[in-house]
Parts: sequence; C-alpha cells; structure tokens
Amino acid sequence: MGPGMKNTFDGIEPLVHKSQISVPYHWWAGETASRFFVELRDTKKIMGTRCDGCGKTFVPPRKTCPVCFTENTKWVECGPAGTVTSFTVVRKQQEALHHKVPVIFALVLLDGADTALLHRLDEVSPEDVKIGMKVEASFNETKDANMTAIAYFKPAS
Amino acid sequence: MERAAIIGTGMTKIESAKRTETFADMAWEAVNKALDDAGMTIDDVDNVVTTSNDFWDGRTISCMAVGDASGASHKNVSCVEGDGTFGAFYGLSRALSGSYGTTLVTAHSKGSESISSLITNASFDPIYDRWLGMDMVSASAMQANAYMERTGTTSEQLAMVSVKNHGNAVKNPLSQLPMSISVEDVLGSEMISDPLHKLDCSPVSDACCAIIIANESRVPAYSGCPVWIKGAAFCSDAFFLGDRDLSRAKALTEAAAKAFSMAGITNPSKEIQVAEIYDAFTYQELMWLEEMGLCESGTAGSMLEKGEFDIDGRLPVNPSGGLLGGHPVIAAGLIRIVEIVKQLRKEAGEYQVDAKRGLAHGVNGLCGQSHCVWVLDSEG
Repeated sequence: MGPGMKNTFDGIEPLVHKSQISVPYHWWAGETASRFFVELRDTKKIMGTRCDGCGKTFVPPRKTCPVCFTENTKWVECGPAGTVTSFTVVRKQQEALHHKVPVIFALVLLDGADTALLHRLDEVSPEDVKIGMKVEASFNETKDANMTAIAYFKPAS
Repeated sequence: MERAAIIGTGMTKIESAKRTETFADMAWEAVNKALDDAGMTIDDVDNVVTTSNDFWDGRTISCMAVGDASGASHKNVSCVEGDGTFGAFYGLSRALSGSYGTTLVTAHSKGSESISSLITNASFDPIYDRWLGMDMVSASAMQANAYMERTGTTSEQLAMVSVKNHGNAVKNPLSQLPMSISVEDVLGSEMISDPLHKLDCSPVSDACCAIIIANESRVPAYSGCPVWIKGAAFCSDAFFLGDRDLSRAKALTEAAAKAFSMAGITNPSKEIQVAEIYDAFTYQELMWLEEMGLCESGTAGSMLEKGEFDIDGRLPVNPSGGLLGGHPVIAAGLIRIVEIVKQLRKEAGEYQVDAKRGLAHGVNGLCGQSHCVWVLDSEG
C-alpha cells in the first residue's frame, strides 16, 4: 500500500466483489470407464483391468499401467467383497458432502484387485469400522452408467 | 550441480482474511520486500516464475493477476501450478540454465475468498471419485488413520505437534495462529474427520511469498546475504489414493534421498540442523519426518514426546510455527524455504535456532502425492 493510500479503509468496510463460478462441464468417460460403468449397471459385476507386465489388477480400471507404462489389455472380475485398507468418519458437515454426517469414507481393496476403490460405508456404526474389516458392495438399481451403481459397501455377510 | 543461492526473500504476514488487499497487492508487498532484501531493483531480475492455482484464485490463467505487480512486464514470465517449492525448483532450473542469472519466484493464494471443501473436492478424479464428496480434510484423515495403524502413533502424539507448532508461532510475528494450548485443548476441540480434530488441522489463510534465486556468477553483484542451495529434488507418486500405500510417502523418500545425495549428506538425521516441513495436519509432520529419513519409521511420535523437535531440541522442526501457524495454500512451501533462509542468516528473531544447514519441504496434491525437498546451507 502506497503512503498516499494509507487511510482508504479508515471508518469504512472494505468493499467485496461477490461472484460465483458456475460453469457447466461434462467429461467423456472414455472407453475404459464406460465399459466398467455399463458392466456395473447391467450385470452388477465390478471389473478391473490387468497389466500384462507387473500382473497388477486396477480397480477402478485404468487403460494404462502407471508402473510399467504399458496398456492394460485384460479385464478381470473383482469383488464384490473386499477389505477396508483405510477409512475416516466425517463428523463435521463440510460443503462437499452429499450426505448428512456422520459419513464414512473408505478405501476398499476388492478380492482379486491390487488397488483400492474409494467409496462410502453404510449399514455399520462408525464405532465398529476397523482397518482390515471385510465388506461387500451393495448395488443400486439405476439407469445411470456411473459409480452410483454401487450404493455403498457394508459389512460382509 | 552448479551453484546457486537465494539472495532475497519477502513475504506478507499470514492472515485469516486479507480484506483490504488483492492478489496483486500481496504480490507487490512480497516482491518489493524481496528486492530490498537482495539489494536489487526490478531491472536486476532476469525472469519471473509465479506460482498459483486457478481454482483457488477463481479465475483462469491466475498468474496474470500478479504478473504486473511482480515486475514481469516485458520479461520472460512463466507460471507453475502447485506448491511454491515447485515454482522455486523451476526458478532454480532457469537460474542455472545459462539463459538467466536471476529468477524472481512468487507464490500466492487467498483461502478466505472461497470454500476450501469445494475447491479441494475438485482435485478428485471427476469420473470415478469426485461425486463421493470427499475433500482435502477427509482424504488426509484417511491417511492419518492408515499411518497411525501402521506405526502405532497416538492421537496424543498428534496433538503434541499442534501444541508445539502453535507455541512456536507465538514467537513469529508473521504467523496467523499463535496459541499457547495443551494436548487436552487439541483433543477436546471439535472432531472434524476421525482422527483429526479442529486443532489437528491447519487454518484457512491468505498470504504471498517471494524469493530471488541467483546463479553463483551474479551473487556478488548484490548486497543480499546468500544462502546456498545444496540440493533440490522433487518426486511424484500415483494420483489415485487407492493405488498408493497411504501410510507411506514413497515420493518423499525418493525426493529426500536425491536432495541429500546432491548435498553430499550421508546421515540426514545428524547433518540436518533445522527443518521446516509441510504440516498441513499434525500427523503429517511426524509422517513426513520419518519418510524423508530424518528419523526411523514409527519413531517420530516418541521423539517428539522427548522434545527432540522442540525449538531448543536436537532437531528443531517448524520453529516458525509451520502450516499449523498459517497455511496459505501454494505459498506455504515457499514460506518454508524463506523460514530456513531466515534461520541460516540468523534473522529469525525470537525463534532463532543454532543451525548452518537446514531443510525445507513442500507438498502438492492429495495426501502428499508430490514432494519437493530443499537442502540449504549458510556457507557456499
């Protein structure tokens, strides 16, 4: 602030320019995610892609292996059961949340996969969630081909 | 590598809301302080690197908002999107390239002007993950649980990081949150996302920071007291959280090893004498210390309890108060560099420690996807 402008804010509220950024945007899901979502919606199968080089199976599926820098060509079914590798219980109602707190987010390593899927847990008390617990997918009946075809994960029966 | 030094630094005070200053106003203050510190005029600056993020700034090409106030007009100016340490790395590369002898690096953001939960939610993959409604805090909380499960680190130990860093901030006139608090205060503060309480989380902040890097041939031309860059390296891990072992920070281990090797350091826990590291959340200070090799894996919590990371301890960590004392996203890592420069120049005032060699650390991305590590020395 220059010396001549020193007293600009004496006795007045600083001006605020209020605005909002709202720009509609759509992302093409691409061939790998499209096949994954359609399979999920139509057959309730959770599919991963496997790398021929390192043998890793990626869920959610990726077209390329980030480790080997090669294209993943094989599709394999994983889950629907898996293991919680980490989790958190959100207690404060943050703006990004779509559910009322407490909300439980978890990384679920599906049986047959080598990378964990980020999702939500339900039908379980927050106090009972532990790293290492067995969970399984609970599916939604939906017309949408997207991740919401899995409603959440719940303790394995 | 060829030699380069930081010859000037400047920063604004870190505040919860700079209600009377624009981005350019903040840059003007930080840049002029850095020029004064270096004994330079803007004509002595060969090129400019600004560091900012379009989402945080609410505009595209956010670097253009600060270019004029950074003296970039009629100069080669480039923008880095990410933490300030990454902008500084690019600035260093330019100063060593032979094309430019001096680089001015700035980094700014104002967390107060937006809603951080929504901004950080947008860093999740839009096709697979973003719809869940996670943000930086919930993702970090998940990492904290994974780290605590693997190492046995306790909530009390996390709380002690908050007590230490807010206490250090009391001595730093530029920090935002100086507080004398107890472990009970931290554990009794609102639970935001298990296991992180409100006082385990850094605040929303506004600030701008600037540094001037010169290659060796240009250092003697200016009166600024040089602090020498002995090592600088960065490394990135996989983007998807589920691809990583969240309880570890492989990218940090690799970045630190490379920076130490450049600096000729073989025993970092003995040879680094002060560290300013990216404590956006309490657990991160402990986890990053272990993963960068400044202590054995799983031991940072107990070393903290013994006072080893206190301002008068064996290895002072975040004597400035760290990010817990003020966390302007983007600028935060560059401020770590500035704080180490202050320490090595014996200009840290009431939080001065006895050190000739220090480490500064910056992070970009969710749960420390990328890390940038700097080793600085008071002697060339």
